[in-house]
Amino acid sequence: MSSKTNTGTPLIDMRDICISFGGVHAVDHVSVDLYPGEVVGLLGHNGAGKSTLIKILSGAYKMDSGEIYVNGERADIRSPRDARRYNIETIYQTLALADNLDAASNLFLGRELTSPLGLVDDDAMESEARKIMARLNPNFQKFKDPVSALSGGQRQSVAIARAVYFNAQILIMDEPTAALGPHETQMVSELITQLKAEGIGIFLISHDIHDVMELCDRASVMKNGKLVGTVDVADVTDDDLLSMIILGKQPGKAA
Amino acid sequence: MSTGDNYEAAASNSATDVARFDETSSGFVGKIHHALHVTPALVPLIVLLASIIVFGMLLGSKFFSPFALTLILQQVQIVGIVAAAQSLVILTAGIDLSVGAIAVISSVVMGQFTFRYGLPPGLAVACGLGFGTLIGTINGWLVAVMKLPPFIVTLGMWQVVLAANFLYSENETIRSQEIATQAPLLQILGTKFNVGGAIFTLGVIFLLVLVFLLAYVLKHTAWGRHVYAVGDDPDAAELSGVNVKGTIISVYALAGLICAFAGWALIGRIGSVSPTSGQLLNIESITAVVIGGISLFGGRGSILGTFFGALIVGVFTLGLRLAGADAQWTYLLIGLLIIAAVAVDQWIRKVAA
Ligand SMILES: Nc1ncnc2c1ncn2[C@@H]1O[C@H](COP(=O)(O)OP(=O)(O)OP(=O)(O)O)[C@@H](O)[C@H]1O
Ligand SMILES: [Mg+2]
Repeated sequence: MSSKTNTGTPLIDMRDICISFGGVHAVDHVSVDLYPGEVVGLLGHNGAGKSTLIKILSGAYKMDSGEIYVNGERADIRSPRDARRYNIETIYQTLALADNLDAASNLFLGRELTSPLGLVDDDAMESEARKIMARLNPNFQKFKDPVSALSGGQRQSVAIARAVYFNAQILIMDEPTAALGPHETQMVSELITQLKAEGIGIFLISHDIHDVMELCDRASVMKNGKLVGTVDVADVTDDDLLSMIILGKQPGKAA
Repeated sequence: MSTGDNYEAAASNSATDVARFDETSSGFVGKIHHALHVTPALVPLIVLLASIIVFGMLLGSKFFSPFALTLILQQVQIVGIVAAAQSLVILTAGIDLSVGAIAVISSVVMGQFTFRYGLPPGLAVACGLGFGTLIGTINGWLVAVMKLPPFIVTLGMWQVVLAANFLYSENETIRSQEIATQAPLLQILGTKFNVGGAIFTLGVIFLLVLVFLLAYVLKHTAWGRHVYAVGDDPDAAELSGVNVKGTIISVYALAGLICAFAGWALIGRIGSVSPTSGQLLNIESITAVVIGGISLFGGRGSILGTFFGALIVGVFTLGLRLAGADAQWTYLLIGLLIIAAVAVDQWIRKVAA
């Protein structure tokens, strides 16, 4: 199913991934891959297993079986910290922000900027936070408030900033614009295009077919934990993708 | 990206939660709320100052003197140290019911290792400190790795340690006189000195240094930030790359060490090594933490607040005693303060949500 442009070693190759919770096969023998400079959309109904699949890649869940290759090498990802070592950054659907900390503290949580004495450098973190936020959401001003005091869109901006700040090679975006207004959503689209041009690989989970058609090179569709199929977006129509999502069947070869 | 055409209902929350970028200030109440969020020690500080002023007016120089005010510090030093340890644990949304027991058994180890085994007092003190740290580490491991609820773990540890304390010490008290002549190092934190009528002890100095050191470390190190993040939302902290287990274990271990120091200070305060001392430290430390405005839900509050909380209890206790009131009035008023403090905490949480 790989696109004609995708030759060489994939950035990410997830093979035959399985995980179940109790009796539920949340992800059932799913394989997906991702090449440099490529955006792969992950589509499917609520509960299809999209978030669970990418949480395995981000180190939040441990898979029951399957293999993950990063740049062609077998990767052992047991925690979010492991994933970061492979330059995998994630925007979680739940955002994963610590509510009582401010935006800069959240941005650098787990990898604080520190002085030679080991003390956190709040000024440096805030100024870095201001720089990155200026790119993402220039209206953002609430750098001193705990993020619990921010709107849904502002919180989402902080989560996006955190994922893109650290020069990820692989970016996972789980419904990154669900709470954003039209203008901010547009800025995220531009950001994706720009990161893609820099050679970063992106998994984009979205419920918005238009986004997927516009931004993605390929789309993988899941249903009930299983992979329905992966298609080149250029070869399919909106309706083809919709029917894959709804019927759980791949459209005929014709395009 | 287009924003329309969401075919799933889940994504439609974008309509209710669309980004707002205006900076609205929510008036006076909002400002108070914000101030409390940023400076959680504010309320206990105000209560502390108010209670000092009220008792000062009622009792005059009997209360409002360097001697009486520093007497309060001496009376709260042990609780204050233990409450600092308790604060760390409660900031991670845990609780440590074994703090008092750890303090006592550490003091017993210091005493018995000196007198039963003839160890040099310095080494015996080190053993006591190490023992307290070890118990704390076990608590932390059970909470972080075995995922047992902190309340249950430390309830059990409290009983285990207290029983071990009585069995090991054979209920024997090492007398003050003996310690003073043979191992004065054990009592060193009780050393008093006079600064113009104000009486300080080394234990009080230790408490002050500990409080400011912890406050500094919590605010200015990555570890401190992780303690807050873990208490706030352990899942989010983990996904953000914080070593949640390591942080929790380190907090309980440090709490154990601090409690062992409290045990050492306890010898200085009462002179003897007594396995029956310090029985109320659990409840008193939690009281100080709660009155000090640290949220029992974790992730919010400051160690300075706890210090003020301990002082508030000390002021009420001494003030009411000097006023000749029945000691039950102290408990009654402290009880009301606890409830009021938790109500304020809930209010902060609600407005924040
Ligand atoms: N931690 C968990 N414990 C138990 N079940 C889980 C857990 N995480 C996910 N599941 C189950 O796995 C299935 C897939 O969930 P997942 O969150 O991956 O869906 P999704 O495709 O991301 O859906 P949505 O579009 O609503 O975000 C669901 O049935 C869900 O209930
Ligand atoms: Mg999801």
